[in-house]
Amino acid sequence: MSTLAQKKGFGATIWDYLTTVDHKKIAILYLIAGGFFFLVGGLEAMFIRVQLAVPNNDFVSAGLYNEILTMHGTTMIFLAAMPLVFAFMNAIMPLQIGARDVAFPFLNSLGFWLFFFGGVFLNLSWFLGGAPDAGWTSYASLSLASEGHGIDFYVLGLQISGAGTLIGGINFLVTIINMRAPGMTYMRMPMFTWATFVTSALILFAFPPLTIGLFLMLFDRMFGANFFDPTMGGNTIIWEHFFWIFGHPEVYILILPAFGIFSEIFAIFSRKRLFGYSSMVFATVLIGFLGFMVWAHHMFTTGMGPIANAIFAVATMAIAVPTGIKIFNWLFTMWGGSIQFTTPMMYAVAFIPSFTMGGVTGVMLASAAQDYQYHDSYFVVAHFHYVIVGGVVFALLAGTHLYWPKMFGTMLNEKMGKWTFWLFLIGFHLTFFIQHFLGLWGMPRRIFTFNEGQGLDAANAVSTVGAFFMAVSTIILLINIIMTSIKNEKVGSDPWGDGRTLEWAIPSPPPFYNFKQLPLVRGLDALWIEKMEGKKGMTPAEPLGDIHMPNNSIIPFVMSSGLFVAAFGAMYHADEGNTWGIPVLIIGLLITLGSMLVRSVKDDHGYHIHKEELVDDDDKGVKA
Amino acid sequence: MTNEQLNSGNPKVDIEYRRKKNAEEMRYQIITFALMIFLTLVAFVAVGYEGFSASFAVPFILVLAFVQVAFQLYYFMHMSHKGHEAPALFLYSGVFVGFITVLAFMTVIWW
Repeated sequence: MSTLAQKKGFGATIWDYLTTVDHKKIAILYLIAGGFFFLVGGLEAMFIRVQLAVPNNDFVSAGLYNEILTMHGTTMIFLAAMPLVFAFMNAIMPLQIGARDVAFPFLNSLGFWLFFFGGVFLNLSWFLGGAPDAGWTSYASLSLASEGHGIDFYVLGLQISGAGTLIGGINFLVTIINMRAPGMTYMRMPMFTWATFVTSALILFAFPPLTIGLFLMLFDRMFGANFFDPTMGGNTIIWEHFFWIFGHPEVYILILPAFGIFSEIFAIFSRKRLFGYSSMVFATVLIGFLGFMVWAHHMFTTGMGPIANAIFAVATMAIAVPTGIKIFNWLFTMWGGSIQFTTPMMYAVAFIPSFTMGGVTGVMLASAAQDYQYHDSYFVVAHFHYVIVGGVVFALLAGTHLYWPKMFGTMLNEKMGKWTFWLFLIGFHLTFFIQHFLGLWGMPRRIFTFNEGQGLDAANAVSTVGAFFMAVSTIILLINIIMTSIKNEKVGSDPWGDGRTLEWAIPSPPPFYNFKQLPLVRGLDALWIEKMEGKKGMTPAEPLGDIHMPNNSIIPFVMSSGLFVAAFGAMYHADEGNTWGIPVLIIGLLITLGSMLVRSVKDDHGYHIHKEELVDDDDKGVKA
Repeated sequence: MTNEQLNSGNPKVDIEYRRKKNAEEMRYQIITFALMIFLTLVAFVAVGYEGFSASFAVPFILVLAFVQVAFQLYYFMHMSHKGHEAPALFLYSGVFVGFITVLAFMTVIWW
């Protein structure tokens, strides 16, 4: 054994994770950070439901309620769903295409730490004078009027974490274009890799509008500009357009990886090739394309005029077509398959009707004339929770169960997994189904309480009960994770027994160099092809040779922390009598620029794992 | 790609062919360069000439600008060569997204 597999102390492990550039460890970091923010956002959701459980409740005040609902949305979208999606893309995509890492390991680490510091910065607002309170959309007329520093935390925090996301997206694009194993053509890529590819392209084009919008907001709030202030010749609608040009692709950024995860699950647990693979690819690309032409359906009531409304309404409804293609392909994948109802498969099966219901209300909302009735009511709340929870969260939970063995080398308990599933499914429908009707009965969204005797009491109580089901389900999942980690029963490379793609051909967890020899890919579902021909594993595409690896680096951490410091300076410098704001801003930027300089001038060629070390390192001994 | 280095040591490299290709490439570049200078002059004249109103001159020089960008990308940055499909795809997607953003801002935002 070489220096590679030493037992490490606690401090050394922490240092290892702070400096790691390994895509699998960064995936674990994303999973932990995203999981933590998911719990924070879930707690905020519970506060919302408790406040609304009975009429005229005073569990939280009106102002605090605004902060909680804003932070619930912002946290769940930017700090929970996005990083959890990134966790799976990082952990699985390079393995699926037969790569040893992503194209830019250093940038991968930088992307994570930017996201992390942005998220921490945003959540520090709770302790530093109040969280943002203008909704996750932060419409300019509200947010410019918001007092205190809440919105500043939103703007700066999202700016930093958004940069991290953009870096991650570009990294995945380059990886998929350049680093596929021999024989892995575009039309042999697993569906999850395709989803990652299209998602990354969406990130590439959707995040710059957000960055610009946030910059304009930053200058309006902190440096005396007036882009969004109509009394000074600005226009508040500009923010809405920028936000939704980003915001609509953003929901596809979340749902496409979910589709990818489910496509893998349906194929694995039906023991069948994914039905209509090429039409799935086509549908994914088409959804990504159409996603950029529909943003204004969030703004039907701003007065764009009937022609614009009609165009955006028709474009929106068109998206139902590729989505429908996908739904039918999944059903046909199951048809005639030898189906196993494992925990991931149960999520996948429950996802189809749940998500379709969200899709149908989406088409209802897309009809501009009807939208005037639904706008800003609980019907909208019900709709987007059906697509985001019924689609994305189901996929994340399913993916957690499916890929846990690949990421950690041990299986989550199936029995507890099924408890989690059933409680979550029941709780989810109990919470959100009734909210469609609350909206139709006239309950506006984002209100902190309602009066007795308006016909809203019973339905709100039901909705709150459902939320507790989901909370219990999440707690069971946590217990499951803790128990599984303590037991730590190691599993082999293909713990589900029916793995089809390359990630199931290597040990769980994979060695840090992933593939000793790059595999030769002979078709779609590369591992399944070899299995069907009676082979044990993949045929190597190259002789055993030295493997070039990148060195670990603390620079991404330092670089991101500089922006974190600078954000405090930018935020507080505008306060009356503040003297330290500008110096802190400059110090923070100097830390960032200095570490960029160090990175530029210092040569870091990485190191090689020598052939001799790989030869006697047989696959039985798993290292990480 | 035609602009690859010739020091590969591979005896099969057809130096004659490469030389011809490079000469051809060079001719295109010089033609394009001359055209670009000409177009720039045209743009200046269009703005400077009294007879053209702003409603003609502005769209006209915008068209010229697009032509210039295309020349730049295809003849000087070698996008016409093989192996540039992915960058081209992403470039055009970016242009498309930028275009509909500007279009929307000019049409559906009321002031």
